[in-house]
Amino acid sequence: MSSDHLVAPTRAGTFAEGVRDQLPILLGVIPFGLIFGALAVSQGIPGWAAQGLSLFVFAGSAQFVAAGMVGAGAPALVIVFTILVVNLRHLLYSASLAPSLRHLPSRWRVVLAWLLTDEAFATTSARLNRGIQLHADWYMLGTGLALWSSWQVSTAVGVLLGAQVPAGWSLDFALPLTFMALVAPSLVDRPAIGAAASAGVCAVLLAWLPFKLGLVLASLIGIAVGVGLERIRQTAVGVPS
Amino acid sequence: MTLDFWAVVLLGGMAVTYATRLSFLVLIRHDRLPGQVRRSLRFVAPSVLAGLIVPELLLTDGHLAAALLQPRLVAGLLAALVTWRFRNTWLTIAVGMVSLWILGALLPG
Repeated sequence: MSSDHLVAPTRAGTFAEGVRDQLPILLGVIPFGLIFGALAVSQGIPGWAAQGLSLFVFAGSAQFVAAGMVGAGAPALVIVFTILVVNLRHLLYSASLAPSLRHLPSRWRVVLAWLLTDEAFATTSARLNRGIQLHADWYMLGTGLALWSSWQVSTAVGVLLGAQVPAGWSLDFALPLTFMALVAPSLVDRPAIGAAASAGVCAVLLAWLPFKLGLVLASLIGIAVGVGLERIRQTAVGVPS
Repeated sequence: MTLDFWAVVLLGGMAVTYATRLSFLVLIRHDRLPGQVRRSLRFVAPSVLAGLIVPELLLTDGHLAAALLQPRLVAGLLAALVTWRFRNTWLTIAVGMVSLWILGALLPG
């Protein structure tokens, strides 16, 4: 990892590090983009509109839900509202990264916010968790643009050629595997482990909720459990026995 | 599906999505958040990522898998072991994917 080098990494080097850390995720995302493009066309969505969703909305789960709703003949405003609900988890990502990115000029934050996805959040927060603040802007730009460009190209290929990845390869499984590797180093103490464990269990129990609300709710429960455990620990430390 | 329909879906979808991303990075000053909320932010990544991972291992088509010896669960646990021991992303993916392919061939899906 370049952070281990004694020489401080350059901006370009950090940008490349962001791209490199996104590569394992792309293994899972590119098939997802191909399938989105192919599925959108099969729902009767014109190719330019499918590409437009990837260009303008740039949020995989929301795009899948939107494509399904278009196919089912839902009104435009209902679709927009659903996109909002599916994307509510970005509020958590935005708040979580804000302390580390607040020193940046607003023109930087406007660009980085555009690139704030599950995938870019996973790599960027994992790097910050390792205590590396240097060139966080260039890192996130690299990791975000790698995802953005792959998403655009894979959507276009899916629209033009259909999904060509055999389902038997199960490449979508690369996504949870990468997230696993990214989350592991943050499980350093009992509150963090408790947060992850309870969010994981609740995400399964609440998976029946529509529009990814199960994930949002499970995350909030996990955060509350983490805060609770931390408070118990602090009380235990603070009060001499 | 008229042009108006797509203008609303694309521009509206863009506006609401971008607003959630801009929220605390640009629109709302993060230091306006209460201290307790700010201290809770370190749990966002472990919680959301665990919430994304665990259903992928346990659920098939949105339902709890009937058999515990389900390829994705076993492959996921092996990959978790590799991640915990070696802290290497590519090794985690390699072990997880290869064991999923092998188990998928051996176990009923």
